[in-house]
Amino acid sequence: MEVTSLTEGIIIDHVPAGTALKVLQLLHIDPAHTTLALIMNTSSKRYGSKDIIKIEGNQQIDLAVLGLVASTATVDIVQGGVIVEKLNPTLPTHVTDVITCVNPRCVTTIERGLSQRFHLVNELTHEYRCDYCDEEAKL
Amino acid sequence: MSASQLASNAEQAFVGSSVVTLDDLSREQIQLLLAKAAYIDAHRKEVAHTCDGRIIATLFYEPSTRTRLSFETAMLRLGGHVIGFAGTQSSSVSKGESIADTVKTVSNYADVIAMRHPKEGAALVAAQAASIPVINAGDGGHMHPTQTLADLCTIESRFSRITHLTIGLCGDLTFGRTVHSLIETLCRFGHIQFVLISPDELRCPQYVLDRITASPTCSYVEVRDLTAVIGDLDVLYMTRVQQERFFNEDDYLRLRDTYILDTDKMRLAREDMAVLHPLPRVNEIDAKLDADPRAAYFEQVRAGMLMRMALESSVLGDALEGFDVATAAEAMSYDFEDPVHAR
Repeated sequence: MEVTSLTEGIIIDHVPAGTALKVLQLLHIDPAHTTLALIMNTSSKRYGSKDIIKIEGNQQIDLAVLGLVASTATVDIVQGGVIVEKLNPTLPTHVTDVITCVNPRCVTTIERGLSQRFHLVNELTHEYRCDYCDEEAKL
Repeated sequence: MSASQLASNAEQAFVGSSVVTLDDLSREQIQLLLAKAAYIDAHRKEVAHTCDGRIIATLFYEPSTRTRLSFETAMLRLGGHVIGFAGTQSSSVSKGESIADTVKTVSNYADVIAMRHPKEGAALVAAQAASIPVINAGDGGHMHPTQTLADLCTIESRFSRITHLTIGLCGDLTFGRTVHSLIETLCRFGHIQFVLISPDELRCPQYVLDRITASPTCSYVEVRDLTAVIGDLDVLYMTRVQQERFFNEDDYLRLRDTYILDTDKMRLAREDMAVLHPLPRVNEIDAKLDADPRAAYFEQVRAGMLMRMALESSVLGDALEGFDVATAAEAMSYDFEDPVHAR
């Protein structure tokens, strides 16, 4: 499959296969209002398969959020048709109001005005837990 | 840093702080509480005015007779007063007031809050909103730090140590928060061999086993048969096998009686073994054993009150009359060989 090259924009490469839509959702990029191309389940030498997201224009990416949802991803900044910068997402130690706790017994399900806060407990397994109830985060 | 300085720092760190989980406390603080509890037990009259004029608010959003009475008795025995509610029917909570608003209001009335709530993480919400110390009296199935303090106090009073012991934990090791909390806290002190006795359906979760493995001086074995290992134990911590945890009633009926502690099983145990149970019990410990000197579960109730007295006075910064931190520090002479988990 071939997609026309970008002139100005970003390429999020090495996104885990099948998760591109989730990545867009958590990055608050609305496909209905953004010029972008999704390539899903394409082959990858490094991971076997992957998704690629190409976004036209000067889109800001929260690398911490990207690190949370797709830590293997890479971000290429494209200007004038060439890649001028390569960025790697960071694994955030804390994330606030990006994902929600799935534990129905968690206090966040009843208390008004409470932020959804998670902390990193294992860098190797990328395990995050809710600050309040310690339930493991599900993306 | 000398033991005396460590204990003095631990004392200072308590003042004005909330206790949501035992991770909020250093090992020195836990040791200081154990020393204070022993002192309080031996000096009831001397400490009777420690918290004169203080008020504890017990905010119990769900029923818990034992824990609430323990927190309240602790304050009364220190000379303080008690306000609060038990159940949400008679409070503004029934009108939909948030936890944060309730504790902000109560912060203006009381000096310390003890809160129980059915939602996990509620105590942290309260601690963040309150301007006075909040002690977690149980937040759903999440944390119940003062129960673990009671367990540690009971073990300390029986063996004069909380290390170098073989501790059996029996019954429901999957859902029992008291079991997980006790294991994790004991691992911070090290030198414990855990014997985990449960049916396959109710084994200890992997993250708790990982915690034991991460402690260089602790180890564990998992077994199903209580009678095969009871003779090896210094402490037997019983929990209830609950019917609602099983999908298949036949499995429950098959396993239920396996973990009932009775006189036959106790004949196999050591003379100095201590039997603990977080209570309430249903049928997992035969009532005939209550008179056995190895039964420590009602002692645990007293230990819980003593530790709550120690904790309440500590977070309020009220000194126990006659208690000398430096002298206590000498008794707090554990040899910490587990620096990885020192805080």
